[in-house]
Amino acid sequence: MSMTSARIVVPKTAKRGEVVEIKTLIKHPMETGYRRDHRGQVIPRHIIQRFVATYNGEEVFSADLTQGVAANPYFAFPLRVEESGEITFTWTDDRGSTHTEKAEITVA
Amino acid sequence: MYAQLSGLRFTALTFLAVLFVGGAAWPVVPELVEDGQIIPESLKPEERRSGTTFLSEALRAQQEDEGTNPGMLWVTTGEELWTTPAGSENKSCVNCHGDAEASMKGVAARYPTIDKTTGELLNLELRINQCRRERQGAEPFPYESNEMLGLTAFIAYQSRGMPISVSIDGPAARHFEYGRKLFTTRQGQLNLACTQCHDENWGRKLRGDTISQGHPTGFPIYRLEWQSLGSLHRRLRACSLGVRAEVLDYGSPEYLALELYLAWRARGMPIETPAIRR
Repeated sequence: MSMTSARIVVPKTAKRGEVVEIKTLIKHPMETGYRRDHRGQVIPRHIIQRFVATYNGEEVFSADLTQGVAANPYFAFPLRVEESGEITFTWTDDRGSTHTEKAEITVA
Repeated sequence: MYAQLSGLRFTALTFLAVLFVGGAAWPVVPELVEDGQIIPESLKPEERRSGTTFLSEALRAQQEDEGTNPGMLWVTTGEELWTTPAGSENKSCVNCHGDAEASMKGVAARYPTIDKTTGELLNLELRINQCRRERQGAEPFPYESNEMLGLTAFIAYQSRGMPISVSIDGPAARHFEYGRKLFTTRQGQLNLACTQCHDENWGRKLRGDTISQGHPTGFPIYRLEWQSLGSLHRRLRACSLGVRAEVLDYGSPEYLALELYLAWRARGMPIETPAIRR
């Protein structure tokens, strides 16, 4: 996923105990492996298989993706924040490529 | 074939009507045909509607929110490329143009435009590749590449909300006239002109979707059918295919002229890049 890009929305600050919404987008073809090109050759499967979000090292959200997920997957999830820290997002595809994004959140 | 025959019949009817009514106004003639060209019933300014207004509430919300609009992924790509040195000159866009937020504001609203040195009509894609060749000493980006879509999206994004305002005077005039002619000329096995769908039948259904007015306000667009961002010329190629006409090359003189005509037709409408379309 070298040429990829990802976007994440994480509030910069939050109150202790607040539930904030986290939004993530990543550019990925999510090629199903069922399609054929104009020569009739099967286009090899190329999908993200796993998405994990951790908050100060602790897993707070994860998903296993399959061929049914559209290109450029979007995930949003609520997160209760108790302390300042770092949220890390990691996507791993079936070719072993990973992409990581990080965001800081300050809890007052 | 049938469409062609019915087109001929309309022409014949018009002719007969003119014969019998003696040149008086004929109220139910759907179109005037002159030398194979249809004189369009042009849209009144207050009638014009961006493709966004034909979207569902959910898709409109997705487009408006930069955290959910997938087109923003390409804007991010373009933002990175803006500061990435390339070519034998090892220069990036930022070396000449500085901060894009200031220097590129309103630029996309003026394109396509005539290049002052060559006198040729250039759209954003061709201008970027001109920069790459002449200023960076780099290979041009393939028209529909990730990089080209990223840079055009990033540049047009700086003009979001600004009114489209292209020049059709002077050396642009012949391109404009050519574009208008293409828009109003029947083509392909279905023998349809752009104007027949996008001026005369917008808002009606075609293959389960609503026909838009064809305004180029959001390009490059994230089209759900493509599962990707795509250029205006990619969309025009889909239209050419749809009427079973010859599908022309990206950046062809025909599509460039059409791009100019479409931009003029949408004059004053705000840029929405990156827009979502079905």
